[in-house]
Amino acid sequence: MYSEKVMEHFRNPRNVGEIPDPDGIGEVGNPVCGDMMTFQVKVRDGRLADVKFKTFGCGAAIAVSSMVSEMALGKTIEEALRITNADVAKELGGLPPNKLHCSNLGADALHKAIEDYLARERQKRPAGECRCPYCAEPVHPAEKFCQPCGVTVDNCRKCGKPLPRDAFECPECGAARAEEEEKED
Amino acid sequence: MDRKPPAAYFDHAAAAPLLPEALEAMRPFFTDHFGNPQSIHRFGIEPARALEEARARVASLIGESSTARIVFTASATESNNLAVKGIARSLAAKGNHIVVSAVEHASVMSPARTLEREGFEVTEVRVDKYGTVHPGELEKSFHPGTVLAAVQHASNEIGTVQPLAELAAACRRHGVLLHSDGTAAVGRIPVDVGALGVDSYAFPAQSFYGPKGAAALWLRSGVRPRSLVEGGIQEKGRRAGTENVPAIVGMGRAAEIAALNLAAWSAHMARLGGRLLAALPERVEHIILTGHPEHRLPGHVSLCVEFVEGESMLLFLEDEGFAVASGSACTSKTLKASPVLLAIGLPHSVAQSSLMLTLGKDTTEAEVDRFLEKLPPIVERLRSMSPLYAKYQRGEDPYATPESSCEGGH
Repeated sequence: MYSEKVMEHFRNPRNVGEIPDPDGIGEVGNPVCGDMMTFQVKVRDGRLADVKFKTFGCGAAIAVSSMVSEMALGKTIEEALRITNADVAKELGGLPPNKLHCSNLGADALHKAIEDYLARERQKRPAGECRCPYCAEPVHPAEKFCQPCGVTVDNCRKCGKPLPRDAFECPECGAARAEEEEKED
Repeated sequence: MDRKPPAAYFDHAAAAPLLPEALEAMRPFFTDHFGNPQSIHRFGIEPARALEEARARVASLIGESSTARIVFTASATESNNLAVKGIARSLAAKGNHIVVSAVEHASVMSPARTLEREGFEVTEVRVDKYGTVHPGELEKSFHPGTVLAAVQHASNEIGTVQPLAELAAACRRHGVLLHSDGTAAVGRIPVDVGALGVDSYAFPAQSFYGPKGAAALWLRSGVRPRSLVEGGIQEKGRRAGTENVPAIVGMGRAAEIAALNLAAWSAHMARLGGRLLAALPERVEHIILTGHPEHRLPGHVSLCVEFVEGESMLLFLEDEGFAVASGSACTSKTLKASPVLLAIGLPHSVAQSSLMLTLGKDTTEAEVDRFLEKLPPIVERLRSMSPLYAKYQRGEDPYATPESSCEGGH
């Protein structure tokens, strides 16, 4: 039923457990089948220095969690956010069609943990300070990309704060993204 | 792995090995006696004789002396379809309401849904936490238009044996016919359809180590389902198509052996099943035994191992040589949690953690003991990576539903 790679990750899952003092926690569950996954991350210098997971689910769900953790470890925040469910399934040498939904939980749980980290960072920083939306390191409003993580930083036209790449509106002031405004015009 | 552990087969509800005697009995009907039992010439004689001999043996296994009431089909699924759809349709002029228990197999549930689309009214009767259908509940669902009820004899999933005689008596009081799916019961407990008082009864050869491809539907005298397969006059027109003579002969021989050995098989399975039911909660914490504690099939062990998903247990158990089943959504091709486990009131996460062990006549004590030894470390390992168990240990509610992530996936 499962590929050798899936079974190998299932039998020897990487990065199982919890981080004592995590920077971000993501928990997702599938209310239909009852599966659940939690990811915890530790961030150092804009990179995922530690990733741990716990999973209640089938063989595919456990293998997916293990693979996601392995793929994310050491990556920058932006790189980790770009990991898709399809990438995970591909790395595992494919999943049975009826198990693809299990892989959806994996990347989602990781992304939720990173979003949790970013939200915590936003709360920590003093009002008015500019920080990269991906690694949360300080960015000068005039800079076009973040020095620590290298991501291109777009600035909100209204308040001048950096915008996450896929944000439709500014997380700081709520203004619609520039392109969106242009489209409406 | 250097050496594969020996296989231990605890999944007799899924399939059972064929009795060697049944295989021997079948052989000539693939070769010398290949003829059609309906033929007048010499090639039809032995198949026709063997077919009727098998019918008598199969009837006898369920306490029936007349061969006129057994219809051979290809599977218990077909028998259930013929009974539910065939009987309801034959009584449509009398009434259009049928009643099914909430724990029926899909081969009863799906035909009921088909009847609903044809204009029948269908009521699902709820069960208690053990999966038992109460005669009072059944009666409450009846109204003057009720023509048929379907309640299984026993549950393949949770092992509960229904109070079938009482349910049949309740049906009789209201002039409602009762069909019963005997798939899980036949070959495990003695069955006497006359004493039970049911009106039709379905069971496959696989329930008593007969071949796949042969099953029967017993019909009380006067019960005449509309045929689902039309054509020739085989099975008195109730099921057209050339009979699967080798499989039916195998079913007959298996029925003959089962009738002789049932008491010994039952006692053996009850002893080993009882050993598991007693020891498992002692070996592993947070185990919920499902089904009725007393009124259950011998050799049937069903449980939920909290905080651990079923398929992940199945995969590790398979590595240790154990063939077991689970009602977890992840193990089903439809990715739906077992309707039976939900019907007895278990939340989805607990239903996810189900294990079903169906022992057989050849299961050994050594296999059972090895299972008791191998399961705890597997559970421990999976719990160590379970967020539900972590929550439980922190004193949080492990079954509070987190924000959904993949609604789109379903």
